[in-house]
Amino acid sequence: MLNKNRLFITKTLLSSLIRRRSRILVALLGTAIGATVLFGMVTLCYDIPRQMGKAFRSYGANIIFMPAGSHATIDLNLVNAATDLIPSTQRIGVTPFRYLAVRSNVVPYTLVGTDFQQITKTSPYWLIEGQFPSQDNEIMIGIDVANYAHLSIGDIMPIAGKSRQNDNFDQIFKIVGIVKTGKTEDSFIFVNFTKLESLLQEQNQAEVIELSISAPKEELQNYIAKVKLNFPSIEPHLIKWVTQSETQVLGKLSSLLYLVTSVVLILTMICVATTMMTVVIERRKEIGLKKALGAENRRIAKEFLAESLFLGFIGGLIGSLFGLLFAQVISREVFGSSIVFEFYLIPFTILISMLVTVVACLMPVKQAVEVEPALVLRGE
Amino acid sequence: MNILEVNNVSKNYGSLYALADINMTVGDGKWLSIMGPSGSGKSTLMNIIGCMDKPTSGSVILDGQDITQLSLTDLTVIRRDKIGLIFQQFHLVPYLTALENVMLAQYYHSMVDEKEALNALERVGLHARAKHLPRQLSGGEQQRVCIARALINYPKLILADEPTGNLDEANESLVMNLLHQLHQEGSSIIVVTHSPEVAKHAETTVVLEHGKIAQIIDNLK
Ligand SMILES: Nc1ncnc2c1ncn2[C@@H]1O[C@H](COP(=O)(O)OP(=O)(O)OP(=O)(O)O)[C@@H](O)[C@H]1O
Ligand SMILES: [Mg+2]
Repeated sequence: MLNKNRLFITKTLLSSLIRRRSRILVALLGTAIGATVLFGMVTLCYDIPRQMGKAFRSYGANIIFMPAGSHATIDLNLVNAATDLIPSTQRIGVTPFRYLAVRSNVVPYTLVGTDFQQITKTSPYWLIEGQFPSQDNEIMIGIDVANYAHLSIGDIMPIAGKSRQNDNFDQIFKIVGIVKTGKTEDSFIFVNFTKLESLLQEQNQAEVIELSISAPKEELQNYIAKVKLNFPSIEPHLIKWVTQSETQVLGKLSSLLYLVTSVVLILTMICVATTMMTVVIERRKEIGLKKALGAENRRIAKEFLAESLFLGFIGGLIGSLFGLLFAQVISREVFGSSIVFEFYLIPFTILISMLVTVVACLMPVKQAVEVEPALVLRGE
Repeated sequence: MNILEVNNVSKNYGSLYALADINMTVGDGKWLSIMGPSGSGKSTLMNIIGCMDKPTSGSVILDGQDITQLSLTDLTVIRRDKIGLIFQQFHLVPYLTALENVMLAQYYHSMVDEKEALNALERVGLHARAKHLPRQLSGGEQQRVCIARALINYPKLILADEPTGNLDEANESLVMNLLHQLHQEGSSIIVVTHSPEVAKHAETTVVLEHGKIAQIIDNLK
């Protein structure tokens, strides 16, 4: 028997939603826009520092591996194992460096073997004139070398030295690029890593490894501790000036974002609440009538609660979808890459939107319900 | 036994006395009319009797119970169980059909019963319009829906505030016939009206002026 009553009131609630279409649409639009802003802003709060972190990696490597103790080089197999500890999405670049003392026309130089592909990732700030060596007989020289020896792109340079086995070599190289960094690289000569290995007659060793990792300072420090523990022959270093400024700027950016987001959220919530309130205030007469018919306050409140929960749920759901779109568009426009979708933000958004609609709805209902019905019914 | 006793009831809004020291009784099963110029306090009195408002002073005994001492929640219960209200403006829930509006009164009272609600609409001649929304009904039809709603829970006392005020003659006699039927079935009725014709249907007419009883007319004489 009670089910008959429940069926009836459910039907009237549906009638209220369907037959008051235009009003419901206004309320739904309000909550949906609120939820869109909520979802979008919170997503961006997460995403912008992450994206900025990636952008910061153009400042170059933030961790260096050096051989520990009396070792002169590190085994590259160990380096691979150590870098595998970092998720590939955060691993921007890993560049090995191998050094060899050589001579060119009796002048001593340092010949450096490296992976040019990785250089573009760990040291994107290098200024290159010409191009990186791609053939084994090609080299790139530092600007100081070029000035000192009066060399330019296209010139030939003889290089002589000794392998590990003390075998002499004397080969002719072609200069294809000149590099300018303002640091020690300016006085080096660069060849392909594998070419240097063949000159040295020794494989899979490097003196220095530069890593560029997209992660906050604490994570980097944790990583360093882990490497120290698991790879005693590697001595990892944090490049402090890069991490420090990065952490500072990101921290400020984050707090700014959270501040803006909270302000925007409070404003939208007020807007949603006001919309809901006007929609309910319009129904004061209906509330008075129901009271006159003998409805207890609790019952009327329950009816409105059900309706606002429904509105909050649908609005939150629609808002989540549009919020995702909104954050995605912003991320694509500004950073040119997609956001990371946090699934739990959907139930979070729906919950908040239900909370706001319920509070906004019940406040005017409570007010209307406490007035004697005569007053409500008389007011035109 | 009296269904209603009004003792020294006053209601003031600030310095304005809407009702000043009203005394009257209505016997069980009797029909009373209240007349008087606009602003004389008729609706104010009806609202107090109908448990929708409280007097500033005095007491109202409804069916043996002093309602002036009750809380708003208790008043709601009394209103639901004992009173059928017909308002000056036809108050219907705009998004519910005629039938649903009648059933709403059943819902808040006890249990919905669609058959019975349809019967009530049949009684007021609106069986065919059960599925219509209020805005699809004429004023007279809306008022008849209100009457169907007022009688659905078999109230002891029916309060009608100008039930025919906005109706033409044909609708007026329809409504008065309905009230007569209810009266014959034993309901006590109080009707506020501006029309002497309507007032004559009652056994007694009370005339209000400036919140006071100016005259009591026995219509049976
Ligand atoms: N809520 C209120 N606040 C202030 N004054 C009120 C209020 N309700 C009624 N009044 C005043 O009380 C007086 C009586 O009003 P009431 O509505 O009872 O008159 P009435 O006899 O029903 O008039 P009508 O025939 O026009 O319906 C009027 O002067 C009215 O202005
Ligand atoms: Mg009136």
